[in-house]
Amino acid sequence: MSLAGGTTAGKVSSRGPLDEESREWLRCLAGTGRDSRSNAEREQALARLHDLMLRAARAELGRRSRPAGVEGRERDDLAHQAADDALLAITGKLDRFRGDSRFTTWAYKFVIFEVSAKLGRHYWRNPPAQAGDDAWERIPDRFGADPAQHAESRELAGALRRAVTEVLSDRQRRVFVEGVPLDALAAELGSTRNAIYKTMFDARRKIRARLVAHGYLDDEEPGMS
Amino acid sequence: MSGWQGLDQFLRTDPRDVGCEQAMEVLDIYVDAVIKEGTGATERRYPGVAAHLRACGPCGEDFAGLLAAVTGATS
Repeated sequence: MSLAGGTTAGKVSSRGPLDEESREWLRCLAGTGRDSRSNAEREQALARLHDLMLRAARAELGRRSRPAGVEGRERDDLAHQAADDALLAITGKLDRFRGDSRFTTWAYKFVIFEVSAKLGRHYWRNPPAQAGDDAWERIPDRFGADPAQHAESRELAGALRRAVTEVLSDRQRRVFVEGVPLDALAAELGSTRNAIYKTMFDARRKIRARLVAHGYLDDEEPGMS
Repeated sequence: MSGWQGLDQFLRTDPRDVGCEQAMEVLDIYVDAVIKEGTGATERRYPGVAAHLRACGPCGEDFAGLLAAVTGATS
């Protein structure tokens, strides 16, 4: 089911055979503990997996650290937390791995999600100075208004503001106007990324319909709504 | 249009968009497909996920991060 309420276009339903490396990971991680050899294999596999998760977390935080503003010791602490939590999640959900992807790809997904969630929570420890303030004044910059077309931009800004005020719910208005990252907003509201995105998705459709109806934006492209 | 190309793009929604939950559920499958079959073929195979990754900044970041982790580990 798509957000717009359509059918399952785009839903992935593939199921592939387990590759040799994935099978070996599962065999080692599912050590029964009935003998010292399987115990040792499991411990070694856990250590290797943790190492992979830690390296991935460090790399991902490095990739995102500039916009997220996390550096030095704090960044490394976050990497360790992400790797630890990812390992816990992976070992707790081993029975859900169906072999549709390689095991390591499936495992890396957990640590990437942990990094995202931790950066979302971290946002509020040191939010940008302008967060929440003068949100309306920043909207032209957020959406790439052309300063050379000042008068036209001002007119559209007014129309946008009226549309937001008149057609959006309080929750949609907050999500749309403040410009806070989705994960940070989800953390603050005790919600999920999916729920916030759905709120924003519906807000985008409503505002666009209003601006098109009043002639401020061009009509839809084929295949889009 | 009034010089707000960013706004126009942002407000356009794709009815195929499956949302964060479904896209993240299959992100590992999608990434392996990109590596194996290429971006174009994967987007054609999973249009709803591709539409979502184009529109959702955080999920797009997760996709880029997972792709970087997998290709970094295998290169």
